[in-house]
Amino acid sequence: MAYSLEGRTGAWEVVVGLEVHAQVISESKLFSGASATYGGAPNAHVSFIDAGFPGMLPVINKECVAQAVRTGLGLRAQINLFSRFDRKNYFYADLPQGYQISQFAHPIVGKGNVEIELQDGTIKHIGITRLHLEQDAGKSMHDQHPSKSVIDLNRAGVGLMEIVSEPDIRSPEEAGAYLRKIRQIVRYLGTCDGNMEEGSMRADVNVSVRKPGEEFRTRCEIKNVNSIRFVMHAVEAEALRQIEVWESGGEVVQETRLYDPSKGETRSMRSKEDAHDYRYFPEPDLLPLLLEQSWVDELKAKLPELPDEKRARFCREYGIPFYDAGVLVAEQATADFYETLAKGRDGKLAANWVTGDFFAAMNRTGKNIENPPVTVEALGQLLDLLADKTINGRIAKDVFEEMVETGKMPAAIVEEKGLKQVTDTGAIDAAVAKVLADNADKVAEYKSGKDKLFGFFVGQVMKAMQGKGNPALVNEAVKTQLG
Amino acid sequence: MSIFDYTIASAAKALKAKEISAVELTTAYNKAVAELNPRLNAFITTTPDLALEQAKAADARIADGSATPLTGIPIAMKDLFCTEGVRTTAASKILEPFIPPYESTVSGKLKAAGAVMLGKANLDEFAMGSANITSGYGSVENPWKRQGEVAKLVPGGSSGGSAAAVAARMALAATGTDTGGSIRQPAAFTGLAGIKPTYGRCSRWGVVAFASSLDQPGPMARNVEDNALLLNAMAGFDEKDSTSAERAVPDFTTALNRGVKGLKIGIPAEYRLEGTNPEILALWDKGIEWLKAQGAEIVDISLPHTKYGLPVYYIVAPAEASSNLARYDGVRFGKRVDGEDLIDLYERTRAEGFGAEVKRRIMIGTYVLSHGYYDAYYLKAQKVRNLILKDFTNAFGQVDAILTPTAPSAAFGLDEKMNDPVTMYLNDVFTVPASLAGVPAMSVPAGLSAEGLPLGLQIIGKHFDEETVFAVSAAIESAAGFSALPEVRAK
Repeated sequence: MAYSLEGRTGAWEVVVGLEVHAQVISESKLFSGASATYGGAPNAHVSFIDAGFPGMLPVINKECVAQAVRTGLGLRAQINLFSRFDRKNYFYADLPQGYQISQFAHPIVGKGNVEIELQDGTIKHIGITRLHLEQDAGKSMHDQHPSKSVIDLNRAGVGLMEIVSEPDIRSPEEAGAYLRKIRQIVRYLGTCDGNMEEGSMRADVNVSVRKPGEEFRTRCEIKNVNSIRFVMHAVEAEALRQIEVWESGGEVVQETRLYDPSKGETRSMRSKEDAHDYRYFPEPDLLPLLLEQSWVDELKAKLPELPDEKRARFCREYGIPFYDAGVLVAEQATADFYETLAKGRDGKLAANWVTGDFFAAMNRTGKNIENPPVTVEALGQLLDLLADKTINGRIAKDVFEEMVETGKMPAAIVEEKGLKQVTDTGAIDAAVAKVLADNADKVAEYKSGKDKLFGFFVGQVMKAMQGKGNPALVNEAVKTQLG
Repeated sequence: MSIFDYTIASAAKALKAKEISAVELTTAYNKAVAELNPRLNAFITTTPDLALEQAKAADARIADGSATPLTGIPIAMKDLFCTEGVRTTAASKILEPFIPPYESTVSGKLKAAGAVMLGKANLDEFAMGSANITSGYGSVENPWKRQGEVAKLVPGGSSGGSAAAVAARMALAATGTDTGGSIRQPAAFTGLAGIKPTYGRCSRWGVVAFASSLDQPGPMARNVEDNALLLNAMAGFDEKDSTSAERAVPDFTTALNRGVKGLKIGIPAEYRLEGTNPEILALWDKGIEWLKAQGAEIVDISLPHTKYGLPVYYIVAPAEASSNLARYDGVRFGKRVDGEDLIDLYERTRAEGFGAEVKRRIMIGTYVLSHGYYDAYYLKAQKVRNLILKDFTNAFGQVDAILTPTAPSAAFGLDEKMNDPVTMYLNDVFTVPASLAGVPAMSVPAGLSAEGLPLGLQIIGKHFDEETVFAVSAAIESAAGFSALPEVRAK
């Protein structure tokens, strides 16, 4: 069922387009040699170029261009061998030059698309309109002094990629899935850390509503939303507001709005009438950016495997379900962990362990994939002990918990605690015989037709053997002795 | 012979031969500056102590044999070049307290070559003007006078302080910048030679920007040879300026004696403007004869879009300026006038800091870039600019260089054209097309008007062919034999 919102006059469809601002991972800023790293004392990473001093000129950082191209390739998009920078003019205290160097008419990346997966398993394509490079602004803080604002220019001039989607998104869920996908792709590529809390990824959300089958109606833009959850909330809040406006006979006016997460509503920031006239014109301090196809090809050849391809390969190579593969590739580090574990082992078993006990232990201990609760070597050894039948599955779970707790290797734990699986049929037969003898009444019930008791006998035998009995052999012995 | 009669070339020889010392030379010029600057206002800031220090260092270099042809040569630095530790104002009140913590590439190269900086030369505010009357630090007076008159004349602009300083012998040479004629027209008004190199030949890094796609630093000096010596040091690729050209710099002095034999010199019909002073046209004809006599072939050419040069220039240059000057907001450097809030601070700072001409151009530039007007003005101007470039490309398919007058008149009176900006803008009519096309162009003094004022001829060359420009200019110079000197000068 497609997502829609029910108004007084019937169902409304929600139309969303997203502009994602992703901070480029690079040593230095887009047009200066100043450090682009996050943090540092205020105004510690500022060159005279960033501060807009007289006579200072921008020089393009080749690594930022490469990062934009890599991202474009990851978005399966057209790479424009000719692109150009423009000036976007406006006054603000944290915009030292009085203009932002951006790409308006000729972006470095053109049309592309990404695949998103929804809760019900549906796959949908969201079109990418363009990606362009631009400078970030500095940061104004208005709460540090009773009458003055203070400005930190550390971020001023850091490279940003603005990734603009087509208005293909139709629900808060799709908006969230799209953002997660973009974040996943840039993280895989190492072109942006995708960290929305630190502001290195932010989204402008364009929302409109319409009756099914209609043309697009007027949209509003919600600026600078800084979490996926807020984006999803903002889409719904803004759509509901617009439906209310239309249904009460009003008209939605095109404007820029802000989302207030504490109130769960959007409010007007500025209307179209007071919209800035940015007076874009070609940046005369920079020549057009001309890329060689061979350079683009080189970057393409060195691109890491992207999540979609990795997922398909995991299904193919390790025989695991599509859903499980999706979970495993969500983060590159998890995918790497899994693949190291699955190499030369049972891929399905490895997937079950990673998505099951391993994830559970990670959540429980508050650790993460970079600093996992058990090392991939340790977990691998555990899988090997299972594979060569040194231990059985039940014991493995206990060993795993012990590993999480003590950090010891599984072989050592098995050795120490004598957890080796018993495959000696004599010992098993004896244990079975004792259990059946001790439970003569239950045996009688079983024989009169209570089949379910079979599991009870197996459980009792395993218990008597401290869980170490080979499950298949125990099963067989119980069956034989019950006649 | 007076110590002020040296050219760069002859001073370098005398310095090398220990006939004079750099300290002597600089002391003489420091004294000339102290004497004449109160009258001519050619410098905004003088740096006599720094100059003397540099002169001492120059003498040491001369002694140890590491001197260049510019070592110990006292020059004026247009106050548009940022100079480390020395106040740089761009002739604007908004930069009155600004002391750059960095040195522009071009001034740095001259410093490295051992040139001595006497001070920062006056100019039109942010280089916007053709008469040096828009400076926030007062107008510059031309050391030349009409015969028998006392009326003060303008030195041209925007590099008017540089021109007046060299003409009055307060400096042996000077740096200028040229956006639409700012080196060539003042050179013509003061009897100097000055070249606007090809756009991209000299780095713009550290030069306060007026119109980025047009601005180009260049030298101004007593003769063509001195210009070649200066440009040798000023030119070259700079990785800090993306628009600077990554190509080798030839030794421009080797072109001076090439002669013009066999060269084809274009004479553009469209420069024979109605209303141009007949004296100017007569001088142009003389120039044609001189070149013909030296073996050049004269070719009539057409630069059909010439008449659009000025309108295009007065759209493109203000558009870029309106954006380039946005950084003067009182927040990080320069002048600040506090206000009630941020917008108020901007408004007060810029209202007090900028002069009338700068405000006019910011307004024009903002207008032509505005939504709804962009296509009709800025975009169209860019298209016409391409046509003007094509005019030159076509012409240079036929000829090696082009000869035109530099300006439509000789220097005019300090208060003659002040009230009418359009008349003022017309001064650039012959210089603007080469700026828009980015080609090199030089003004050479070629004669005196009936009133006894210097007049210049302009030689325009192909992109990065300054050598031919120098060769033709040297030929004009030798034929003209211009040797007149202004009344007001250091003696």
